[in-house]
Amino acid sequence: MATNQIVSKQPVERLKRVVVRFAGDSGDGMQITGDRFTATAAAIGNDLSTLPDFPAEIRAPAGTLPGVSAFQIHFSSEDIITPGDEPDVLVAMNPAALKVNVRDLKPNGWLIVNLDSFAPKDLEKAGYATNPLEDRSLDAYRVLPIAITKLTKEALKDVKITQKEKDRCKNFFALGLMYYLYNRSMDNTILWLKTKFKNKPEFIEANTLALKAGYALGDATEIFQVTYEVPPAQLAPGKYRNINGNSALAIGFVAAAQKAGLRLFLGSYPITPASDVLHELSGYKNYNVITFQAEDEIAAVGAALGASFTGALGLTTTSGPGLALKSETIGLAVMAELPLVVVDIQRAGPSTGMPTKTEQADLLQAIFGRHGESPVVVLAPQTPSDCFAMAFEAARLAITHMLPVILLSDGYLANGSEPWLLPNAADLPAIVPGFRTDPEGFEPYMRDPKTLARPWVRPGTPGMQHRIGGLEKEDGSGNVSYDPENHEHMVHVRAEKVARIADDIPTIEVRGPQSGEMLVLGWGSTFGAISSAVTDLAAKGIVVSQAHVRYLNPLPKNLGEVLRRFRRVLVPEMNSGQLAMILRARYLIDIVSYSKVQGQPFKRREIMARIEKELGVGR
Amino acid sequence: MTLDDNGQDTAAGTATVQLTRKDMESDQEVRWCPGCGDYAILKSFQQVFAKLGIPREQFVVVSGIGCSSRLPYYVNTYGFHTIHGRAPAIATGVKVANPELSVWIGTGDGDGLSIGGNHLIHVLRRNVDVKIVLFNNRIYGLTKGQYSPTSEQGKKTKSTPFGSVEQPFNPLSVAIGAEATFVARTVDVYGQHLMRILEAAAAHRGAAFVEVYQNCNIFNDGAFDFMRGKEVRDENTLELEHGKPILFGSKLEKGLRLRGAGVEVVQVADVGIDQILVHDAEADDPTLAFLLSRLGPPDLPTPIGILRSVQHPIFDRDVHEQVNEVTARKGVGDLDALIHSGDTWTV
Repeated sequence: MATNQIVSKQPVERLKRVVVRFAGDSGDGMQITGDRFTATAAAIGNDLSTLPDFPAEIRAPAGTLPGVSAFQIHFSSEDIITPGDEPDVLVAMNPAALKVNVRDLKPNGWLIVNLDSFAPKDLEKAGYATNPLEDRSLDAYRVLPIAITKLTKEALKDVKITQKEKDRCKNFFALGLMYYLYNRSMDNTILWLKTKFKNKPEFIEANTLALKAGYALGDATEIFQVTYEVPPAQLAPGKYRNINGNSALAIGFVAAAQKAGLRLFLGSYPITPASDVLHELSGYKNYNVITFQAEDEIAAVGAALGASFTGALGLTTTSGPGLALKSETIGLAVMAELPLVVVDIQRAGPSTGMPTKTEQADLLQAIFGRHGESPVVVLAPQTPSDCFAMAFEAARLAITHMLPVILLSDGYLANGSEPWLLPNAADLPAIVPGFRTDPEGFEPYMRDPKTLARPWVRPGTPGMQHRIGGLEKEDGSGNVSYDPENHEHMVHVRAEKVARIADDIPTIEVRGPQSGEMLVLGWGSTFGAISSAVTDLAAKGIVVSQAHVRYLNPLPKNLGEVLRRFRRVLVPEMNSGQLAMILRARYLIDIVSYSKVQGQPFKRREIMARIEKELGVGR
Repeated sequence: MTLDDNGQDTAAGTATVQLTRKDMESDQEVRWCPGCGDYAILKSFQQVFAKLGIPREQFVVVSGIGCSSRLPYYVNTYGFHTIHGRAPAIATGVKVANPELSVWIGTGDGDGLSIGGNHLIHVLRRNVDVKIVLFNNRIYGLTKGQYSPTSEQGKKTKSTPFGSVEQPFNPLSVAIGAEATFVARTVDVYGQHLMRILEAAAAHRGAAFVEVYQNCNIFNDGAFDFMRGKEVRDENTLELEHGKPILFGSKLEKGLRLRGAGVEVVQVADVGIDQILVHDAEADDPTLAFLLSRLGPPDLPTPIGILRSVQHPIFDRDVHEQVNEVTARKGVGDLDALIHSGDTWTV
């Protein structure tokens, strides 16, 4: 959108992609700053990907390392799928933010610091023995110390708000400066301020003045020798919004329930990083959604299963430790053959682990983590917006095949965001539940010949009273049975129900050469890093193929055949090699596992380096 | 009574069916030990269900694990035999997802008070409109004889060969402490009383908690002999009735009188009927109900009947009222509007 571009007097350098990170104290408004920068990038038509990094403590002492909050945005004129490895620009509002984040900044990257927060006591809180602005430790960067607090104060001297409120506007000063550096219009943000503070005109005025003051500083002083422009990306035409993984999940489940004509019942217990799904669905009551904050994880899944028994779509959302608690009830859902969707937003474990950090180490728990032969369907979205599609899929498979489905997201997808090409409700497929109301010839465990699903009968349906439960059932009649042959038969039936889902899901597709030297195979949130790595290697003339597994149990029908077409299969995972173990066992292929278990997502260049190493090329 | 989304009395509205106890029997062979108290409770259940005027298909019986939890298999209704201790959680989902159903929970002292204690107190606290019948035999029967949270101190069982050193708790006190709105006790062999209590529980709007003293003739035989037999019943039970003086004895010659923060047994002839404590099950203040729940051997008779029956907001109804209120205010949600909400842009 050309009207949003502003011509600056410094030379303008055109860039394809830029990564900016805003970092400050929790109270410095870094998330809002990042959100606004993102909204403007989106309005300009950049492709983008963002990732907030919240402190684990709710209110860590101001100015300390645990209190640092950051927001990273990667925006581009090309297709991108990760929030970026290293920032090109770091805005650090205090020494703590500098200390935590500067190690990620690119050599020669722009480092903008708020000079006013580098007093001795600020340095002490951040654990700096000497002032990094003076001890030459930042020589690798283009450092711009700016008196952001003071300049904001001056710009706002005539505004009738308190000094404290004026101080809070300094994030918009920094935002204005960034808009100048990237030649972006302030209009989008000013419009947002007018809506956000429509009943507080003095806040509109104050934040607008701070924003313009930051912009004017860049414009007037030529502190930057150059400014940049990132043109719009060639995105597929359509309507977009920026969405994070947890919001996309919430909307996906509402969509699935609506397309199935079912009430959505969420039973949940608060847990990081899954609670936002509970929060969001709790606001959608007018979409035939009931949310129930249970007394514990077990009650949450129990209530969801009880709701499924009545003919609602039962859903429960949690993170790893909660999945462990729910495992017995998931086993009951396997036995009772009722639809149930269990969402696990994985985080670093075991035990409490690192609740705000991401990991993919619940795969084996999801597939195998119950007693007895207890197969379930396991799916994993690959990007924040894919969470919508996979939530819909999880619900569709649970409803139409009458079984529990576990959806594995993670902290990185949950909080990361990207533009989502919005579907129209009418274009989403209908989901047809197998409700039965005809008592003639009915048996609780009679089966659909194709899917082996048993009929779903709502209590309240006359003439079809029946009892289900956790005891082994005789196939057909559903009577309790201790018959040895029947038990083995039922074990096979339950496994076969899951296996047949392979006929109801897409086959896996390979990007790049369809056979050859190397396939990089991932699952879940590693998609962005792997895709970028493979793309960038191709630009260097190193061509490898890529495929990504969204259906982990059952696996796509053609997966074994696809894997065998490549001399080497590299599987990067944020765990100790869980998918690699499954693939080796299942296909007897010597998978090369690339494991990273640091609570941090893969970086693009880490994967590039590993591919190069495996191929014996590069450094 | 159950209410639909519009606050209409639906279950009662269709309550014209005439059923007999036979209609409530399922085709499953009942498998409890011969002589078990559960048989009598099951018969009363079936009898009461038939009398409530609710169609069979409107009932859902949910249970956990234990001897008592076999109950759903033997009643010709919808049933869900679930997980040890979790019946209240699953039943909450059933009732909240479909408030038109008449939801019953069969549980025991191990299932409801030990492994499922957390769910029990919360289903009572929330006042979900479910009926909980807890078979208390003060022993683990299905696992063949370990002490339970209601077993008396010193009890010798397979897991306490030298006697239990644990303190038991009192299910009624627990229920009252958890803000239960209907709390009652009855005994497996008191057929008429048992049925009356079950009917009252069914009529109560909100969570109803009924403790049934039940004899396990295999692992804890005679646990309730002090009050279960005809010859001791009059002396050792207090049959509570709302609004009536609390009397006992074969000629109702004895009564309870308040003394300090407790009660004492007095002869009615000595003190006059006016001095006798009058039962008020409908008092919102749970103090009296709690006081009564504490009575029992060795010094005092054991209360049976309804200790507490009060009206509080009902969880499942309020959940739906809120959904209806929000829907009326915001309009029925439009999926496209939801997907296309927030800051959008067009490429």
